[in-house]
Amino acid sequence: MNIFTSIFNYLFSAIPLGMTFLYGSTGEILTEKAGHLNLGIPGIMCVGAAGGCASIQLLINAGITNPVLIVVVGILCAFLSGALMGLIYSVLAVTFHANQNVTGLALTTFGVGVMKFTMTKLLPVKYLNALPYFRFPFNSSQTSLKYCGVMVFLGIAVAIATSYVLFRTRVGLHLRAVGENPATADAVGINVSLYKYMATCIGSGISGLGGLFYIMDYAGSREAYLSIEALGWLAIALVIFALWKPHVSIFGSAIFGALFVAGSFIPSLIPIAMLQKMEATPLLKMLPYVVTVIVLVVTSIRDKKENQPPASLGVPYFREER
Amino acid sequence: MDKAVALELRGVTKSFGSVIANNNVDLTVYKNEILAILGENGCGKTTLMNMIAGIYFPDSGHILVDGEEVVIRSPKDAFKYKIGMIHQHFKLVDVFSASENIVLGVKDGTRYNLKEVNNRVLEISQRYGFNIDPKKKIYEMSVSEKQTVEIIKVLYRGADILILDEPTAVLTPQETEKLFKVLRRMRDDGKSIIIITHKLHEVLSISDKVAVLRKGEHIATVNTSETNESELTEMMVGKKVDLNIHRSEPVDPQTRLTVSGLTSTNHDGIKVLDDVSFTARSGEILGIAGIAGSGQRELLEAIAGLQHLDSGEITYNNPKNGEVVNLRDKTPLQIRDLGVRLSFVPEDRLGMGLVGNMNITDNMMLRSYRRGHSFFVDRQRPKDLANEIVNSLEVVTPGLNTPVRRLSGGNVQKVLVGREIAASPKLLMAAYPVRGLDINSSYTIYNLLNKQKENGVAVIFVGEDLDVLIDLCDRILVINSGRITGIVEARGAKKEDIGLLMTKTERVVIDTEEENNG
Repeated sequence: MNIFTSIFNYLFSAIPLGMTFLYGSTGEILTEKAGHLNLGIPGIMCVGAAGGCASIQLLINAGITNPVLIVVVGILCAFLSGALMGLIYSVLAVTFHANQNVTGLALTTFGVGVMKFTMTKLLPVKYLNALPYFRFPFNSSQTSLKYCGVMVFLGIAVAIATSYVLFRTRVGLHLRAVGENPATADAVGINVSLYKYMATCIGSGISGLGGLFYIMDYAGSREAYLSIEALGWLAIALVIFALWKPHVSIFGSAIFGALFVAGSFIPSLIPIAMLQKMEATPLLKMLPYVVTVIVLVVTSIRDKKENQPPASLGVPYFREER
Repeated sequence: MDKAVALELRGVTKSFGSVIANNNVDLTVYKNEILAILGENGCGKTTLMNMIAGIYFPDSGHILVDGEEVVIRSPKDAFKYKIGMIHQHFKLVDVFSASENIVLGVKDGTRYNLKEVNNRVLEISQRYGFNIDPKKKIYEMSVSEKQTVEIIKVLYRGADILILDEPTAVLTPQETEKLFKVLRRMRDDGKSIIIITHKLHEVLSISDKVAVLRKGEHIATVNTSETNESELTEMMVGKKVDLNIHRSEPVDPQTRLTVSGLTSTNHDGIKVLDDVSFTARSGEILGIAGIAGSGQRELLEAIAGLQHLDSGEITYNNPKNGEVVNLRDKTPLQIRDLGVRLSFVPEDRLGMGLVGNMNITDNMMLRSYRRGHSFFVDRQRPKDLANEIVNSLEVVTPGLNTPVRRLSGGNVQKVLVGREIAASPKLLMAAYPVRGLDINSSYTIYNLLNKQKENGVAVIFVGEDLDVLIDLCDRILVINSGRITGIVEARGAKKEDIGLLMTKTERVVIDTEEENNG
């Protein structure tokens, strides 16, 4: 394998893997902009994957072979499963003012369980038959390019659209106001709870797509579901790395992807005997976290107000306490 | 009366639980008119205004706009009837620009275009004489700029009836004058303005009519030109109140505290105190004037041993044995152990002064829990003290076991000041002790400070109302951006001079500066 193919393969494993993070972080950014720290993202991605795969399996069992229908229904069901988790979160954290951290963590535990149950009961794994549909248009490629399926383009489109809505529209302005200062938003007649519900549910739906993408495109294997939770936590780290901006998140996700797979590629790219001997892969997999910590420290030191988390992040809003 | 009625309240009643906040209030606001609402704390001024602005909904009664009965259930409804309220605590999003804040929540059917918003904001500012940069972020703004944004926000929505809740509480005299000019211009433009304030002289200077509320009831509405301060106060309180502060001449002032060259920087590397030097003398009240956040808090905390200093000296002359004690770089506990009788009433009452969730007795104990050698704390003496304070200062509380956060602002302050004075200090520092207090409670506090002064205590008083500072203090130190810009003799001082000093960055010599009578 020459060095050029190595780099090519490296890049096109990194960018698609990054899409998993991108879906998760775009969803989480939307939620956090409404002032809700949703630590349930890993669980929501798991449920999204489970919901998507289950629907695909059902379609295949029913004898449907139309690739467009399978892909669209799969994506739709993954979105809805994620959004349903978001709804549970919203009811607990928005309506009942439950502690957001606890609610999120509970959802993660719950979501992972739901997925493991669904996935083990889904044998035989017919849903993987739909793999080529998801890897369209490069499904026949023998290189890493094959990972660049429809959902990669969808992910980038969703991130750009989310950024546009957040920073260029009235709805986005209102949403950000809700996350920064809900009392202010309330006073000018913005329906705070509605915005929180919508942001959380849509954000969770988008995150749910990340799980489906990982199984049906990037990993494409039976055991893939086991890694989703770990990737979900990285998606939350990416939110900080991207400074709460989905368009930055696109590049951030590629970097995170590159850092994450660096463990598998660096030893082959740089033939340092020691690295290979030490089996440094698990160590190298920490890189995204290290980078996140550095970004966090740097942005905190620079202390630019625009790059800080939404001011009311994690604070429940009670109308009476105005 | 040739003026048209803009807003009318008929028999409006609102209660919270068993407490009646407003009882059968009638109020009429005309176009081209500034109406001042006057009343003590807790008399229901803000509640009443909140009902017009749609934040609360009245239990009974009618609200009429332009002669037609309306139902206002939310701020949105209020905007529909062209009513806008500027709250005492600004409701602005810090990381947004002025324009973004102004357009927030506006649904006029047009496409969202920030450029057009900027233009309209500039148009409104020119019309009424505001001075604002629509692109400036809120967190970069001064308090008065933020207030301007709040007012434009309301005007942008086309409000014809503006309600301002204590707009001058945070402004310097110059800024207040500027605000009043704008308000008069709006009035002449056909708007109705309702202004809530505690300050009688402002009521007299700005309003056309005054409505007085007492204990939730509307007492009277009078023409401003036909009334005076003492009449208004009597209506407000229900009895005659002596509005004069009896200032005695300092008796045998001795230097109690000497501060020289204090310099301190905060986390952001900004100098919060810059070469501050002064002396506080016994039997004297030293006032500290300045725009909020000019270093008053840091100065007092430095003396109390809570603020890190880069350089400078703080020395205390112990009147008991004549010793001179250095207070710099000591913790509050070390300062106390040195025999320094220092009492500190911080501005953040429930944050630094008292523990909100603890009751009055427990809060007394915070100062005395170290006494005695027993393993168990002595609860009897703090309890007696709590009783004494409640009785002597007329603290309104259901009992000694009520958490202090449930008390009203004035009562919380009485508990705190009472505790600090009970420690029989030789040096008493009070930061904004009357903030948010009504006229009665304020005068109770002034009298307490005066009494301490007469007992030979060196009192340092940080205040915001310049009239009070001039009437109460012996000398006034003016601070801006951590620097002393002047120390003036309070007797005969002019408010305008002090207001000017508050905005200067360099020390200005005023003819009465630092008379050597000590």
